[in-house]
Amino acid sequence: MTASIVADHLRKTFGTTLAVNDLNLNIAAGEIYGLVGSDGAGKTTSMRLLVGALKADSGDAWIGGFSVNRQTEQVRAQIGYLSQRFPFYEDLSVLENIRFFAEVRGLSRQEWLPRCMEILKFVDLEAFKDRRAGQLSGGMKQKLGLASALVTRPKVLLLDEPTTGVDPVTRQDFWQLLIRLVTTPSVGEAGEGKGEGIAVILSTPYMDEAARCQRVGFMRLGRMIAEGTPSQLRASLEGCILEVRGRSLPAMRQVAVKIKGVEDVRAFGDKLHLRVARGQAEPVLAALARAFPVSSGDGVEARLVPPTLEDVFISLSESKD
Amino acid sequence: MNSRLISILRKEFIQIARDKRTLVMILVIPIMQLFLLGYSATSDVRNVPLAVFDQCRCAESRSLLEAYRAADYFKLAYMVGSENEIRVLIEKGDARGGIIIPPDYNTALAEGKAEVAFILDGSDASTGTTALAAATLIGQSQTTQLMVQRLERSGMNASNFQPPLQVLTRVWYNPDLVSSHFMIPGVIGMILYAITSILTATSVVRERERGTIEQLIVTPIRPWELVVGKILPYAILAFINTLEVLAISHWWFGMPVRGDLSLILACSGLLVLSGLGIGLFASTIANTQQEAMLTVWMTLLPSIFLSGFFFPLEAMPKFLQWVSYIIPLRYYLVIIRALLIKGVGAGAIWGEILPLAVFGVAIMAAASVRFRKRLD
Repeated sequence: MTASIVADHLRKTFGTTLAVNDLNLNIAAGEIYGLVGSDGAGKTTSMRLLVGALKADSGDAWIGGFSVNRQTEQVRAQIGYLSQRFPFYEDLSVLENIRFFAEVRGLSRQEWLPRCMEILKFVDLEAFKDRRAGQLSGGMKQKLGLASALVTRPKVLLLDEPTTGVDPVTRQDFWQLLIRLVTTPSVGEAGEGKGEGIAVILSTPYMDEAARCQRVGFMRLGRMIAEGTPSQLRASLEGCILEVRGRSLPAMRQVAVKIKGVEDVRAFGDKLHLRVARGQAEPVLAALARAFPVSSGDGVEARLVPPTLEDVFISLSESKD
Repeated sequence: MNSRLISILRKEFIQIARDKRTLVMILVIPIMQLFLLGYSATSDVRNVPLAVFDQCRCAESRSLLEAYRAADYFKLAYMVGSENEIRVLIEKGDARGGIIIPPDYNTALAEGKAEVAFILDGSDASTGTTALAAATLIGQSQTTQLMVQRLERSGMNASNFQPPLQVLTRVWYNPDLVSSHFMIPGVIGMILYAITSILTATSVVRERERGTIEQLIVTPIRPWELVVGKILPYAILAFINTLEVLAISHWWFGMPVRGDLSLILACSGLLVLSGLGIGLFASTIANTQQEAMLTVWMTLLPSIFLSGFFFPLEAMPKFLQWVSYIIPLRYYLVIIRALLIKGVGAGAIWGEILPLAVFGVAIMAAASVRFRKRLD
C-alpha cells in the first residue's frame, strides 16, 4: 500500500521566521492523522504547503503519488481541502456553493447535482440546501465545508482545524461523519470499490480529538517533535503523571513545586496533575506524604495515573530541545 | 466554452445580482455624475451680479448700463450710493463686480474723454477671465456705437463707415460653445475608467479578504480563467454604462453623436481594458478592499486632472504633460471628443487609439503576471 500523503523535508520561511522546518510525513490511505501543536507551531503553513497554496523553500510533498512542486494541478484533482477560515461565499446558498466548487473541480453538469444531494444528506444539511451560507450556524458551516471538500470524492482530505469554535455536540457529529467517511467506501472513496479508504490529515488544538486519530504528530516552532499512535505517545510519559487530591489546591501546589523531581504542576479541576521526571514517582509520593501527614487530618491522596495526550502535549510544548 | 469559466461567471453574476445595493449604485452613479457635471461643471459665464454706482444718472449712463443689462453675462443686482458699498458687497460675495460711472460722465462723453470703472472679483479666476473679456467687449461695442452717432451728428454718412479690420469668427463643431459638450465626453471616460478599475480591484480582493481565495487556489482553476471570470462581468456592466451614459447625453443634453457608434464602443472597450487592468493590478498589491480602493484612487486623481478632463493639457508645465502620456484617459478623451463632436473616422485618431490599446494590453499583461494562484 503506497502512502497517500508524503512530505519530504518541507521547509518554509516568512522573512526571518522559520514557519515549517524539515517536515516529514508519511500517511497511508485509510488513516486519520492528527497534526497538533500550539498556535504558531506551523500547522496551517504545513497544510498550505501540502496543497500547494504556498511554495516550499525546499523539499517537496507527494499527494497520491503526484509531486506538489511539479504536478500541482494533478495533486489538486486528488484532494479535498478545508481551510481554517470559513471559505465559502456567504451570499450564495449551500447548494450554489457546493455546485460552484464541484464544477470548478471538474464535475460535469450531470454529475454535480446527485453528488451534491448525496453529500448533503450524508452531512445532514439537506434541509438547508437553499439557505445562504452566511446564515448558517457555526456547526452547519463546518458541515458545509466537509460536504464541499468531499463532493469530488477525493482520495486525500486535508482539514485545517475543522472543529475550532464548534460546540461539543457538533464536534461529536463531525467526528462521526469523519469516521463513517473512512469506513464507508460508497461516499468517501475515489477508487472503484477497492475498499482502500481515503487518507485524512487534520489539524486540531483539541487533545480529545487528537486521541481519536490513528496517528498524531506534535509540531512545535515549525518542527515535528514527536509522532506516533496516541498510545505510543502516552507511553512516553508512563509512570510520570501523579494525580493529587486534597483539601486545599493552593497549599498542595505550593508544596509540590518545591519537591525535587517535579517538572510541572497543573490544576485539573478539583485535583492537581504533577509531572515528575522518569523514575522519580516513588520519591515524590513519599515527599508528598511527609508534607501532608495523614495524622494532621490534612492528608492528601496521591497516585500514579495513566498520562493523557494533554499531558504529553504540555510536556512536549515545554521541552527545551 | 470552458466549463470552469462558465461556473466562475455564473457565480459572479449571482453575486452581483444579489448585491442589490452595489448594482443600483453601478447603474445610478453614472447618471448622477452625468447630471451633476453636465450642469454644474460649466465655465459658461451667466448672470454675474454687479453693483452699480451711477453718479451721473443721465440718459448716457442709462444707455451704457442698458448695454450691460442686455448681455446675458451680467445682472445689475445692486444700485449703490458709494464706492465703499461696492467693496462691502463684493467682500460679502453678494456682488462679483461693480461699475462706477463718474458724475460728469455725460459732459466728458461729449468731449470724447469719458472714463468708466469696471471692477471684477478676481478670486474665481476662471469665470473672472470670461467676465472681464465680456465687460471689455460690451464697452468696446458701446464705444463704436457712440462713434457712429457722433460721426452722424458731424454730418458724415455713417452708413459708409466701416472699421478697417473685422475678424470673422466661425466656431466649428460646437458653434454655441456649450461647455457641457466639452464636459460630457470627459464624464463618459471617467465613469468607465473608475467603475471598471474600482469594481475589479474590490471584487478580486474580496476573495482574499473573505478567505475564499484559499479555496479557489486549491481547485484546478487556471489563473487566466479566474482573471477572465472576475473581470468579464464588470466589462459587461461597463458596456451597459457606456450605452446608458451615451443615451442620456444624447437625448437629454443634446450631445451630438456624430461618429460611428461601433467605433465609439470599440474605443470605449480599449479604455475599459485599461480600467480592468489597473483594477486587477491594484488587487495584486492590496490585501483589503480598503487598500484596493485607495490604490485605485491614487491612479484616478491624476487621471482626472492630467487627462484634459477639466484643464487643457497644452497649458500645463512640460513635466506634467510628459506624465500625461502614461494616462489612458488622456487618449480616450481626445478620441471620444473627436468621435462625438467632430464625427471623425478612425483614420484621424490613430495616434490616440494606438497608445490606448498598448496601455491596455500592457497593464493587463503586467497584472496577469503578478496575479498568481498562491497565497505568498
